Amino acid sequence: MSGVRVIRGGMLTTIQDTGRWGYQSRGVPVAGPMDPVSHRLANALVGNERAAATLEVTLLGPELEFEDERVVAVTGAEFEIMLDGRPAPHGTPFLVAKESHLRFGQRRRGSRAYLAIRGGVSVPPVLGSRSTHVISAMGGMSGRPLRTGDRITFGVADATRPTAAPPAEPVVELPSRPARLRVLPGPQADAFTSDALETLQSAPYTVGQQSDRMGFRLEGPRLTHAHGADIISDATPLGVLQVPASGQPILLMADRQTTGGYPKLATLISADMAVAGQLGPGDTIAFSVCTPREAMAALIAQERALMVLELGRQ
Amino acid sequence: MNAFRVVPAGDAALVVEFEARIDPSVNARAIRLAEALQAACVPGVLDVVPTFRSVAIYFDPLHTNSDVLFARVEAEAAKPSSDTGTVRPAVRVPVCYGGELGPDLAAVAAFSHLSEAEVIAAHTTRTYRAFMVGFVPGFAYLGIVEERIAMPRRDTPRVRVPIGSVGIAGVQTGIYPMETPGGWQLVGRTPLKPFDPDRPEPFLIKAGDAVQFYAIDHDRFLKMER
Repeated sequence: MSGVRVIRGGMLTTIQDTGRWGYQSRGVPVAGPMDPVSHRLANALVGNERAAATLEVTLLGPELEFEDERVVAVTGAEFEIMLDGRPAPHGTPFLVAKESHLRFGQRRRGSRAYLAIRGGVSVPPVLGSRSTHVISAMGGMSGRPLRTGDRITFGVADATRPTAAPPAEPVVELPSRPARLRVLPGPQADAFTSDALETLQSAPYTVGQQSDRMGFRLEGPRLTHAHGADIISDATPLGVLQVPASGQPILLMADRQTTGGYPKLATLISADMAVAGQLGPGDTIAFSVCTPREAMAALIAQERALMVLELGRQ
Repeated sequence: MNAFRVVPAGDAALVVEFEARIDPSVNARAIRLAEALQAACVPGVLDVVPTFRSVAIYFDPLHTNSDVLFARVEAEAAKPSSDTGTVRPAVRVPVCYGGELGPDLAAVAAFSHLSEAEVIAAHTTRTYRAFMVGFVPGFAYLGIVEERIAMPRRDTPRVRVPIGSVGIAGVQTGIYPMETPGGWQLVGRTPLKPFDPDRPEPFLIKAGDAVQFYAIDHDRFLKMER
């Protein structure tokens, strides 16, 4: 079976598919890509099914040596990508020859890139998923990020699935400054003072240094609880803004725990998770409250763009 | 009491909240609802998560009509609670108490003005309810611990709690399924693994289970651990 050798692992390069759904009632976090749209796009470009495992590259990318020829694509954050010392394209499939070196260089924009390899990354699934959850040491490469000396293998490419042409327009824009993220109120907006949603929208929040795949600690206007900051622990959805006693919200991301004990003011809409997934420490966010109708319209538009790409190749 | 509300959490989750208290009958309603929804295999539903007093339903908004799902969940939640449910045999968990495997047993004894043997007796007498599984894979929040031994968690959490450690935190008790930081008072350790992804049934305890601890000596612990 062909594969790659990891020359350098980068800062945090993990294997991710669409996540470990179905086990949250057992306390198993979902994980999966921080930017699910770029993950799906990368798979579409190389002719993989959408749930195939890719490499999520964070801030400082890896260097890989390919054992065999493969088609790959890089989406999401814009890095300088070098193939045997020559620049390789972002957002479009390209061929990597046998024994070639693929290196991620300088990062220009965004925080997380996705490297899809035709055939997908092949590691044994754990509870139905190849996604890496580092904290519980589950999935991917023995539950940890890639490091020097690792060898990862690829699945067999489905010859009936051609690669896709890159989209004419970006399916998801990398975040501007500040990133505009839309939320829907709840599930526990009534645990806050009545002006909390206005406060949330009054000025940008900064993504704090203590931010990772579990969640972003945000610094900005202080949100006030109506009756204290402790609730009986309950489920913690993706993209929820939970607010501890400090009044500074935490945006829960892919690796979040399944339950938590803080009130939750609002939840990011699904269509904006991709933009959120491109944020890193120091980036800023302008929140705005939207309606369920707007949330659905945005999600349908995003889905349509992805479907055109996925179906267009057939 | 039939009080509940269904609230959206964004565009891809609904949360059913029952009364805001930690109570076996409220929890039984949440778990019954979750099990009914899981058994129904509603198309587009990705995960159903019961907690102490609520149930979260995660769904794919592109493959689920959220209004229809909302109505269905509401109807299911409104069904009268029959706490009898299916009676499951208690999960029996052997524990070697005290010594280096239970470094806080002495502290719990001092807190409760009991001997260590009396603390062990108090901890093993009750059959506990698994109210919820969360924190890390397979960590079940068990209750309700006898008031006498319900010592609050440590002021400074340990950086690393070994797998299988059995802890007390107020009226809750639980078993650490993996090595994590943790602040619970560690009274013993079980040779059983609460979570093992390579087992046909990876999870020892699920929400709604009855759990009973029993004491074993160190030799038995070592034999069972192998």
